[in-house]
Amino acid sequence: MTDTVDKIPAPSVPPEQIKAIPVRHYGRWVSGVVVIGIVALIGIAFSNANINYSVIPDYLFDPGIVSGAWTTLYISVLAMVLGVALGVILAVMRLSSNPVTSTVSWFYIWFFRGTPVLVQLLLWYNISLVFPILNLGFYKNEMNQVMTPILTALLGLGLNEAAYMSEIVRAGIQSVDEGQTEASHALGMTQGQTLRRVILPQAMRVIIPPTGNEFINMLKTSSLAYAVQLPELIKKATDISSTSLAVVEMYFVACIWYLFLTTIFSIVQYYIERRYARGSTRNLPPTPFQRLKKNLRMFGSFRRPEVAR
Amino acid sequence: MTRLSKDIPTSGSGAPMVKAEGVHKSFGLAHILKGIDLEVNPREVFCLIGPSGSGKSTFLRCINHLEQISAGRLYVDGQLVGYRQSGDKLYELKEKEVAAQRRDIGMVFQRFNLFPHMTALENVMEAPVQVKRESKAVARERAQRLLDRVGLGDKTRQYPSQLSGGQQQRVAIARALAMEPKLMLFDEPTSALDPELVGEVLDVMRDLAEDGMTMIVVTHEMGFAREVGDSLVFMDDGVVVEAGHPRDVLTNPQHERTKSFLSKVL
Repeated sequence: MTDTVDKIPAPSVPPEQIKAIPVRHYGRWVSGVVVIGIVALIGIAFSNANINYSVIPDYLFDPGIVSGAWTTLYISVLAMVLGVALGVILAVMRLSSNPVTSTVSWFYIWFFRGTPVLVQLLLWYNISLVFPILNLGFYKNEMNQVMTPILTALLGLGLNEAAYMSEIVRAGIQSVDEGQTEASHALGMTQGQTLRRVILPQAMRVIIPPTGNEFINMLKTSSLAYAVQLPELIKKATDISSTSLAVVEMYFVACIWYLFLTTIFSIVQYYIERRYARGSTRNLPPTPFQRLKKNLRMFGSFRRPEVAR
Repeated sequence: MTRLSKDIPTSGSGAPMVKAEGVHKSFGLAHILKGIDLEVNPREVFCLIGPSGSGKSTFLRCINHLEQISAGRLYVDGQLVGYRQSGDKLYELKEKEVAAQRRDIGMVFQRFNLFPHMTALENVMEAPVQVKRESKAVARERAQRLLDRVGLGDKTRQYPSQLSGGQQQRVAIARALAMEPKLMLFDEPTSALDPELVGEVLDVMRDLAEDGMTMIVVTHEMGFAREVGDSLVFMDDGVVVEAGHPRDVLTNPQHERTKSFLSKVL
């Protein structure tokens, strides 16, 4: 970079700043007052309602509730892992040039996406009516013994999730430029290497945000496993409410736990998204944590602020 | 993997690196290549010019089997591309055998096609580590050397999005060279670049030609073809219209179509 044009000298007198009368937005004032009024009315209604708020903190860390929240979390994680793993397989099957595998994948998605999760859960729950004995050759047992509530919920939620995940993964794979595949092939990489090393890492950027959405959905949808006797959050809350008579209060407790879990996961998702944004943004903005660290350091001001990586 | 090259004796100094015999290519009803016959000798810089849609890029992509030819025969270093001949029958090669053939042929694309989620160094290391199962240390050392050679030794940790077009294309050349190919294919390597960045890429290619690399270059850079090219082919509508030494073809074209094309681009 060489300067061929002489730099224009900076003007010695600063330009006069514009001072204008801003446009008045009367509509904003009106709508603001209306919204505050409505919110206040709802608040008054709930504070006068027949709700015993003081019991909510008492039950928030009730051992039954905590174990229910734990069950909700781990059935959601397990079902999601199953959904993602099977979803990737289904997506690759769907995109394969083999008509048999792509048709089977299409049919799977058609069925599991087209029927309610609750029905799927109930079908797994009652599978012993159709197959009383499970016989895998090397393993034989009564179906009732095999299908514990946790396995029923895992199959019901996970297989349903796989149908949605496969569509998300397929969209991600198809979002990667054709030229990437060509470049990998030209370097002598096989189809599998290309998928694993080049396509999927780039597809992740497209796959992760909707997958985070799916996981947050899963945390809440897992409450349907209540119907198959899984002792998750709602089941536990209902059990307690039937003896304590604090029905609405217990559902509030459950809501607080759901909000806590979804908030925690939203933060995790933020960091995962940053991880896969490598190379796409020239400079990643600092995370809230990095920003905090930087501000603290500025107070001490004995080290240079760190650059986000 | 090396078995393939042992079956067929590798060519001596006299045999052509690339040999095309009546190569045809159709996409559905579109007949793109209509019988290409040509030979590219080892250490030769072979330039392909012609209007867009003339089939020159398609032909280049046939050489490393990114496209499958519809008729004719195509040989690289005496080896049939994409097929194995046994008696009078042709067998399609398996995916792994095709991949093995491509390892020895480097390709540089118009749109660079660098891996955006990897740094420049990782881009160059990727194929030797994944395909040749080379140790990371060896691959890293070679990648560093190649990036030095294309003048980007200080950009190893940058991601493609942080590099200019010319720098990206030079990384792409280094990436192709990392597999130590015996033949390099260039598909309009400077067409997507700002005019001021074309020179740095052509310099790297010129350097490569001086080292004796066999190169097939689809290009619109007539200056490069004249100075660096050993032979030049003008293609139009899927056929070779005119071939010869670049200086002769560019300054004294014999065919009407060549004349009218050159009058528009020169």
